[in-house]
Amino acid sequence: MKPVLHAALAALVLPLGAASAALADSGQVSIENAWSRASIGTSRPGAAYMEIVNEGDEAVTLTGIKTDIAMMPEIHRSSMNEQGVSSMAPAGHVSIAPGETVALEPGGLHAMLMKLQRPMHEGETFPLTLIFSDGGGVAVDVPVLGIAARGPGN
Amino acid sequence: MRRRSAFGYGAAAFGAIGLTLFLGWWRVDGPGAPEPMGQRPLPLTAMDFRLTDHQGQLVGPEMLVGRPSMVFFGFTYCPDVCPTTLSDISSWLDMVGEDAERLDIIFITVDPERDTVDAMAEYVGYFHPAIRGWTGPEAQIKRAIEGFRATYEKVAGEDGGYTMNHTASVFLFDAEGRFVSTIDYHEPREFAVPKIRRAMKEKPGGAT
Repeated sequence: MKPVLHAALAALVLPLGAASAALADSGQVSIENAWSRASIGTSRPGAAYMEIVNEGDEAVTLTGIKTDIAMMPEIHRSSMNEQGVSSMAPAGHVSIAPGETVALEPGGLHAMLMKLQRPMHEGETFPLTLIFSDGGGVAVDVPVLGIAARGPGN
Repeated sequence: MRRRSAFGYGAAAFGAIGLTLFLGWWRVDGPGAPEPMGQRPLPLTAMDFRLTDHQGQLVGPEMLVGRPSMVFFGFTYCPDVCPTTLSDISSWLDMVGEDAERLDIIFITVDPERDTVDAMAEYVGYFHPAIRGWTGPEAQIKRAIEGFRATYEKVAGEDGGYTMNHTASVFLFDAEGRFVSTIDYHEPREFAVPKIRRAMKEKPGGAT
């Protein structure tokens, strides 16, 4: 039982290890359609959304985010179970295959901005940096839309 | 003698297995089974809870009988799913147009600790003006959740704060307070809007 379990674990872990061991090149990552919703003051957490495009030939792994607007920014994932119950948890590392796009979007992966340092006002932008496993960062200016915004298109 | 004790053990083992199977059946499929999840909400007329709306008025399910209604659960410290639901609802209402004035639209918080009457008033003010916010003592919110056959759960976060898991569907009731349908989280508006219209058309007596 145990060796089988170990083998199964190894099979699960190995591809992840291989992906991050390869020379993940965050220089090949671009960010599109970033946006966020205005906050009411600073007591509630904010959320930011964007599309992360891996234009390189190697997988890249998103390991975290940094922004001066929040003391605790993290990639979180909202999910819905079969009974329609929503929950939210830290997403951990997010791997993006070569040529693939990962969307941070409402109801899924999102940049959760905990402990806001200042209110997010509609019409302003704030800087946010995505951190990758190669140590590199990709910066983006995130426009703040209205609190009831549905995306950058409307 | 030996044979007998072996037989005895065998019988005991057999009995134990039988009992286990019976218990399993009792708990899973038999009379001891938990109420199935996802069952229909009670009619509003069979619900009983007392809350306060975002303008400080005492409210309850009976106030929603007489007009079609749309009810959902959430909390204002929810950064992702709840504002999305609120803005989805706002866009459905815009599509329903003037008829939306005949609907009662209620957002019930599952986080009364942080969502006071004032917090609800501030929050709902940013969305469609028809949306009303209800809060109140936790025991009353629990009764509401049970009536809707919904669930909620407080979950500790790593920052010392907490978040709430909760049913994210929107519940539709006709003017008699009978449950009509749910709209799932982020359901496309081409499905959501006809469901709202159906709840608005269902007349007393079931004629449409």
